[in-house]
This record gives sequence, C-alpha cells and structure tokens, in this order.
Amino acid sequence: MTTLTDAMGETPLETRAVAPAPLAPTRPLYWSLRRELWEYRSLWIAPIIAAGVALFGFSLSAIHLREHRFNAMALDPARRALVMTLPYDFAAMAVIFTGVIVGAFYCLGALHNERRDRSILFWKSLPVSDLTTVAAKAIVPLVVLPLIVLAVVLATLVVMLALSTVILIAGGMDPATTWTHVPFARMPLVAAYGVAVLALWYAPIWGWLLLVGGWARRAPFLWAVLPPLALCVVERIAFNTSHVGSLLLYRLGGYTDAFTIRMHGKLPAEALPGLDPLAFVSTPGLWVGLAFAAAFLAAAVWLRRYREPV
Amino acid sequence: MACIEARGLRKAFGTTVALDGVDLTIEEGRIVGLIGPNGAGKSTALGAILGLIPYQGELKVLGRDPWKARDQLMTDVCFIADVAVLPRWMRVSQALDYVAGVHPRFDRAKAEAFLAKTVIRRTSKVRELSKGMVTQLHLALIMAIDAKLLVLDEPTLGLDLLYRKQFYDSLLNDYFDRSRTILVTTHQVEEVQDILTDLMFIDAGRIVLSCGMDDFAVRYHEVMVAPEHLAAARALGPIHERQVFGRGILLFDGPTQAQLAQFGEVRTPSIADLFVAVMGAGAPQAQGAAA
Repeated sequence: MTTLTDAMGETPLETRAVAPAPLAPTRPLYWSLRRELWEYRSLWIAPIIAAGVALFGFSLSAIHLREHRFNAMALDPARRALVMTLPYDFAAMAVIFTGVIVGAFYCLGALHNERRDRSILFWKSLPVSDLTTVAAKAIVPLVVLPLIVLAVVLATLVVMLALSTVILIAGGMDPATTWTHVPFARMPLVAAYGVAVLALWYAPIWGWLLLVGGWARRAPFLWAVLPPLALCVVERIAFNTSHVGSLLLYRLGGYTDAFTIRMHGKLPAEALPGLDPLAFVSTPGLWVGLAFAAAFLAAAVWLRRYREPV
Repeated sequence: MACIEARGLRKAFGTTVALDGVDLTIEEGRIVGLIGPNGAGKSTALGAILGLIPYQGELKVLGRDPWKARDQLMTDVCFIADVAVLPRWMRVSQALDYVAGVHPRFDRAKAEAFLAKTVIRRTSKVRELSKGMVTQLHLALIMAIDAKLLVLDEPTLGLDLLYRKQFYDSLLNDYFDRSRTILVTTHQVEEVQDILTDLMFIDAGRIVLSCGMDDFAVRYHEVMVAPEHLAAARALGPIHERQVFGRGILLFDGPTQAQLAQFGEVRTPSIADLFVAVMGAGAPQAQGAAA
C-alpha cells in the first residue's frame, strides 16, 4: 500500500484553485424533477400505453366507420355531433384516468421507495434540502404529470382525427363531416382545463399519499386507504351517520362543479361539457383541499427531516 | 478551526442511550478511524455529524451546526454510508448528470477519468453492477467532489480483498491531501491501520480512547514474554494478557520499549489487539473476527 507521505507529497488537486461556479437556486429543484422522471418512467409510459389502447380500439371501430357515419348523419344535428365526438371523449378520458392512477401510485412510492432501498442516504449526502426534495415530488402530480397527460391527450386526438379522415377519404366519403361536427377547436381547451381541475382538486390526495408513503415502513397502500375507510365504518356504527364517507366521495368526485353538463335524457346534451371556472374557484372544497394538501406536504417535509433515514 | 468539534453530544432512542456525552475534536487534515463494537454508537455519531438525526449537546462541523444547516454543509461534506445505497434504477450516466447538476463542487471530468480506469459502462444501471463496481462508482462520484470532510461508514463492507485494497489506495493517492479530513468507521481495522493518523474507540456511547497514531506507537507495546519473566512483566501492569502457543503476550500502556525489551520481543500492537484489550474485558471473543 502506498505510504501516507507519498500521497501527501503530491500536489493538491488542480481543481481546488477553481472557485465553484455558483448554482442557481432552482438547479437542485430542476435536477430533482429530472430524477423523478428517470426513476418513475411509468409517469409518461403509462399514459402513452393508455393512448395506444384507445387508438387500437378506435382503429377497430374504424372498420365500420362508413356505416356508422351513414347512420349518424340520419340523426338530428345535436345528437349527430355527440355520437361523433364520443370516441374522442372516451380516448381522452382513458388517458386522464390512467394519469390519475399513475399519479396515485407515484405519490405512494415517491417518499417510500427511497427509504426501502436505503438510497435516501445517497440523496441526503448531497446538498439538496428536504424541502426541495418534497417540493419536487409534489410538483410531479401537480404540474409535470398533468402536462404529460395533456400532451398525450392532444397527440391522441390528432392521430384519431387523421385516422378517421384517411378512412373516410379511402371509403369515398367526405371527411368534412368529422371536421364540422366534432368540436376540435374547443377540445384542447376542455382537456387542458379538465386536467388542471383534476390536479388541483386531487391535491390533498397527492399530499396524503406522499405523506403516508414517507411514513409507513411497509404496505403504504393499506395505510393510505384503510384508515379513512375505518373512520367511515366507525362513524356508521357509532352514530349511524356517514359524513366521513360523503366527504371522501366528494373529494373523489366533487370536481364536477368545475363543469356544467346539460343533460338530454340519459345522455349529455352537448358533446363537450361547459366550463365553469368561476364556480370551481368559488367552491370552498377546492381551497379546503389545497389547505389540506399544504399541511400534508409540510408534514412530509418534517418527517423526511426528523425521522432517522433508514 | 477544528473540522469536527463535539461537546457533550447525547442521543437517545427511547430509553436506549446511543451517545452518552461524547466529546471529540478532529482537526483538519486528519484521517480518523472511529472504531467500536456493534451498537457502540458509531452510526449515531456519524448521523449526528452529517445532520441526519437531531441530538442534544454541542456539535460543530466545519463551523456549522449540522442539524440546522445540513444542505449547506453537504457542499463541503461527502459521505458513503455503505456500499448499497446508490439507487439501483439509476444509470451511471444519470448519476454523473445528477451530481453534476446539484453539486457546485463536482468536477465531472475527474469522475469520468476515474471511471475510465474501471470497466463500468456509462449505460449500465446500478443494479447491473457488482458490489465492488458500485463502490467504485460511488468513490468516483465522491472523489470528484472538492469537499473538506469525507465520512465513510463501513465503506468496504462485503467487498473482496482486491476492491478493498484498491478503495483505500485510491483514497490516499487520488484524494487525500493535508487539507482534507477523512472520518472512517470500520470493523476491518487491519486495513486502515496504516492509513490512519488518529484513532478513536467508542463504546456504549462514549469515546473510550483517543490517540494519534504517532502516540500509539510510543504508548502501546506488546511483548511476548517467556514464562520465567512473566511475574516481573505483570508487575508493570499490562492492560491485557493473552496466550499464544503457551506463551503470554502482554499489552502495555506506558512503559517504554527499553523497559520492556528485557522480557522478550517488543512490537507495536495491531489496532485489533488494542481493541480487544480495551473493549474485550467482558467479551474477549467479541471482536475475534476483526483481529
């Protein structure tokens, strides 16, 4: 083995003379986000697969597109637009729904897996604060995932539109029937609005899942889901009421306040729901939810800092 | 300014006292071995120094309170917790990108140069690398960071002989200079004996021995005593005595080499032997494997 004096006799490393370039304060956050996308590739792969499945279904149905279109043209104009738009709605909803599921599982694992595989010791050996780390993990379901989902939804709609145009032209029909009846101009707007509404409305769920994932030593899914259900059961048995249950259901489905959907019998009267941002931002449920989300995230930061790392 | 300064450092987990009033001072430019049996408080001490756990008492690392300023401190401090903490999903290139992205003192060219001497490919994932290669990768990342303090917690655990030797050789040849400080805990005391400048023993949450390696050679002597001198040698108050092939080996703290030479061959004990002598009063076999 080389003796100590040999090693000490060497000139100090040349890099020492160079002052470290100051890092912009946002750089740790930026790289923390990059690392989340490296680790959780399902964040973008799953929505793309969902889009692929939707497109596959659409191409199967396109075999009979000509007959369908004939039948649709016989309906009154409002029904016609609705029938023609439904496949596009379904495809968008499939991708968005996948995004919600992926977001939930991402949040459960984001602060859990780094403890389980002990890599938290590596992350904590670098000059990145717990606040930055948790902030990055919260930004993923609040901003990054919605943007991914939106991009995939829009790309899917474009592909479907191209597909239907090609098939109709090949079948000797006028593709303009699609272009005029399906409200393509409004679709991106509605999709962007819907994705943003879901991300914000579900913010307390993301926060709760992140917190429980960071706290639970094992089975974070059970810890996240069973206690709220247990509360419902206890309330039901003790008081024969179901306030907790309705609160939970409201949190899962209450985002519909953000839309106006006029019904026509069992079907919606319009192909796309109306947007009601004013009603959404004036719903106390939104702000209460965001306050809960902030509290859960603050607790998650505290927990990552105070708890023994492994 | 001392690199690490602790006064009355205490940490309890529930009713278990992990650190029971630790006082220690580690000067800049030292290579310090913190040696202790399992559960002695080594990892807790390192956790406190690295700002990973809250503690009571006074602790300054590079002039900062590690608990209050962990993220700033980590620009000047590196640590390798053990070999298995690099995230297994990560690619080698991603590890380089990430550290370069978040660490202001990381010199990517240096890390690349170090990796070029290994067989590690940039496109490999950590999970595809052998344990020894993961350590090489971690070392490449750490050595390219211009830090003032490097903390190693059992860095060579589970590595084969070649990787272990290479690990310390790299540290000494390519990393250590007099302005850096290295704090290492290990059970493999024989492999750090020649590189340490200072030695600390920790037991039951207290520092039970602290001495420079220069003092070590002056203070501690081991003599293989022939049976006829045994009584006279014992009169000098050995701190430990063991039998090898029917002859007594006595370990002394204090008497000079000249005083002891009359009883038999005198040599500097290994850290492992001293460890057994200091710690092993109640359980002489506890650290036998390390000796």
